[in-house]
Amino acid sequence: MTDLHSIAFMLNGKSVTADVDARLHLADFLRHTLHLTGTHIGCEHGVCGACNVLVDGRSTRSCLMLAVQVDGAHVETIEGLTASGQIADLQAAFTARNALQCGYCTPGVLATAAELLTGNKPTRDEIRDALSGNYCRCTGYHAIVDAIETVAGKRHGGAP
Amino acid sequence: MTANLKTGASLPRRTAARLVAGKGRYTDDIQVAGLLHVAFVRSSYPHARLKRIETRAAADMPGVVAVLTGNDLAKVCAPWQTQLALLPSHLSPPQMPMAQGEACWQGEAIVAVVATSRALAEDATESVEIEWEELPVVADVQAAALADAPVVHSAMTSNLGLDHTVSTGDAEAAFRQAAVTVEHTFSFDRQTGVTLEPRTILAEFDPRLQQLTIHHSHQVPHQMRDIFAAQLKLPLSNVRVVAPDVGGAFGLKLAAYPDEMAVATIAVLLERPVKFCADRLEAFVSDNHAREAKVHGRMAVDADGRLTAMDVSVVSGFGAYSAYPRGSVGEALQAVHMVAAPYKMAHLRGRVRGYFQNKPPSGVLRAVGQPIATTVTEQLLDLAARRLSLDPAELRRRNYVDTATATARSAGGIVLAELSLERCHDRLLQLMDYATLRQQQRMHRDKGIYRGIGLAAFIEQTAVGPTLYGAQNVRASAQETCRLTLEADGAIRCATSITDQGQGTSTALAQIVADALGVDIETVEIATGDTQLTPFGGGAWASRGTALGGEAALRAARKLKESVLGIAGALLQTEPDLLKIEDGRIYNTASPLPQMSLADIATTAYFKAHLVALTELPALEITESFAPRDLPYVAANGIQAAHVEVDVELGTIRVLDFWVVDDCGRVINPLLVDEQIRGGVVQGIGAALYEQCIYGADGQLENGSLVDYLVPMASEMPDIHVAHVQTPTSATTLGARGVGEAGTVGAAAAIWTAVNDALTPFGVVLSEQPFTPERVLDALAARKD
Repeated sequence: MTDLHSIAFMLNGKSVTADVDARLHLADFLRHTLHLTGTHIGCEHGVCGACNVLVDGRSTRSCLMLAVQVDGAHVETIEGLTASGQIADLQAAFTARNALQCGYCTPGVLATAAELLTGNKPTRDEIRDALSGNYCRCTGYHAIVDAIETVAGKRHGGAP
Repeated sequence: MTANLKTGASLPRRTAARLVAGKGRYTDDIQVAGLLHVAFVRSSYPHARLKRIETRAAADMPGVVAVLTGNDLAKVCAPWQTQLALLPSHLSPPQMPMAQGEACWQGEAIVAVVATSRALAEDATESVEIEWEELPVVADVQAAALADAPVVHSAMTSNLGLDHTVSTGDAEAAFRQAAVTVEHTFSFDRQTGVTLEPRTILAEFDPRLQQLTIHHSHQVPHQMRDIFAAQLKLPLSNVRVVAPDVGGAFGLKLAAYPDEMAVATIAVLLERPVKFCADRLEAFVSDNHAREAKVHGRMAVDADGRLTAMDVSVVSGFGAYSAYPRGSVGEALQAVHMVAAPYKMAHLRGRVRGYFQNKPPSGVLRAVGQPIATTVTEQLLDLAARRLSLDPAELRRRNYVDTATATARSAGGIVLAELSLERCHDRLLQLMDYATLRQQQRMHRDKGIYRGIGLAAFIEQTAVGPTLYGAQNVRASAQETCRLTLEADGAIRCATSITDQGQGTSTALAQIVADALGVDIETVEIATGDTQLTPFGGGAWASRGTALGGEAALRAARKLKESVLGIAGALLQTEPDLLKIEDGRIYNTASPLPQMSLADIATTAYFKAHLVALTELPALEITESFAPRDLPYVAANGIQAAHVEVDVELGTIRVLDFWVVDDCGRVINPLLVDEQIRGGVVQGIGAALYEQCIYGADGQLENGSLVDYLVPMASEMPDIHVAHVQTPTSATTLGARGVGEAGTVGAAAAIWTAVNDALTPFGVVLSEQPFTPERVLDALAARKD
């Protein structure tokens, strides 16, 4: 059942080459081949958003994308987003606001939030809409919306 | 110490900073050399005889190490059977890790394929051949109750697994004398927990030491250690269970699941490390389900709006087997015993029956049965208010139980000690501006906008003690223990039996310990979730972490402080009473200068004990346990309100706003408590509006994917306003009550009363949860006809 393909792509700012099985999805590749376990798998049918990563800057279900499809792309996972410091304010706000409990959905939520806040200052309703592709079973979402709203306000100056 | 008390402060969780960086360590994240992966062949039939299983072709597939059947595992693993001492009729046949001879629900594990990768294991499952003989199916709970119903398992003589009555006062007479009686039927669809991290287990067996180490996404590692040891016939001390980060649990991860027992068994059998991680599709058919119940309720009220009696009949669905080891009766028993718990009511008649069915076993889901009882009570109260032309809030205000006494019991026998229902009620009406909302409701109705306001008062059973399971002879510990150690560097190590799946109980314990000892909270390290590192105890169930684990920690901290000051007194040649600890330093009350540090005490006691002029060196490692033994549990209370709008053309329901006033006693950390409440509320809203396991009469799950099983999404949920009344419990020195289930206990009921309030102009009262658009439109259409 193996059908290997060579891929080369940018992962968290560094180039990666690998031979991957055609059927291997990106989430499994990140988690089990590259040991980047911050990307989580919740449903493997593209609903829950726990596996969201950024592919060429867009939040993407890594369970619905095959590893071969990232050939030539820029992929950012929670590990890279953390190391670069680009979502440090979001991470600090999530911690301060207790916008996570079990933390399983959080890396995916942060990928969505990172994309949402790129150049935008969304309203509370827009934040809720954007988060509709990220299931959270613990928080009830209120604290997550608060945390993102706070960061949106700070990034665009002034109070949220 | 008074200047910077941590208890009561909204401190963020230390773990959160790690989790937001993607540095969680969930069971599937753990790397083990030589790891094998398990994939199961599951029954596609709800009930079938296994006539022949052919595994040879699968065994020859690439990467496959073993293909195992129930018979193979039976060589190592003993069968188990839930037995409840006080409810002997709640009995299903002995159970094995995988079905032997007969499969009793769609999704029951039949064959395990063990391979070098999950993908290869799954490939090989397709080559397993099973010859089935379909057997009659009992899916619907009312069908299971019929006299001539087929049995769920051929070893059973009847599907009836519980027939229990409660009778207080004379309900019959009360109904005869009532000024108003109301009644309604209620249907609660099956739900499941949908933890975002599916069930996962990693088992390693070292044949040299005969030691089994399990990493397990679970709430109660000490319970599971006891079970793994018993079933695999290993000494308890040879089994270690570790619950690392857990991605959601909600009661679902309290049970001993057969497929997880299979994984532990395979590790012992093959002497190789093995892992199983349920995928979402198999989670839907193998995780425990909950809530399935049909209820008929009646309520009697006098002319002044005083509630006098209720008569409740509950039929509950258990699934194919009683969940191990806690059984499947909790939902049904709570559904009847908890009715009208917040209200003065002298007469109650209740009957509850539960039936086995060819569906996944039902088990614990956050708030167990309490949402059903609350919904039935609150909806009937609203119907009574309408008949009396009384405002629903006013009707409730007249009926709250007098809770000043510590010995009060509800008609259903529920403990009502030291509650605050009236204060919570008044605070809620003020918080939501109830009067204005009612005014606006009338104005909106005139414009064809149908909004509803729903209230739900509730009692929450928290910090449950040993009488619940102990009396049933079930080995689920209700005691929580803290082992507090002064480390050699002066830091404090707090090893606790409770577990934390994100509730933040670890942080709450650190706050309690820091304050009681007088140390910087950063020096308090919490150890949890590992049977080898933590003292024996319950874990996370029945909202106990801070209330009971916190109490044990507080008691240990006070004793450790005594030890520290005893040693300090000897070294400083001062009476310990004249010493105090602040910021980890010892002060003489007469001087503002610190005399020595906790590190000095530790260094002296551990390396230079000859300098301590005491005959006995006080212990610097203290273990304290706590379980409520005078009361069965510590009751908490509160009230919730929902504001909804129903689109009567589309049948859709929008939740506009939601409020909760909760009394969980002394609040240790408001930031944690508020989010417990909000998360619980949203699970209750999900139950009322979205969540349902849809089964056909043939016992097939028709919506077993996250595409088809709806859970609340961010865009549908409202902001949730939370306020507190604090009535510390006298059952503990800490004074905290539990809060983990409060939101879920009342939220569905508030949605029921709100939606049906919105539909009042149509004379429609919905009766089936969840309120799908189809059901709303059907009810409106039926009324028009």
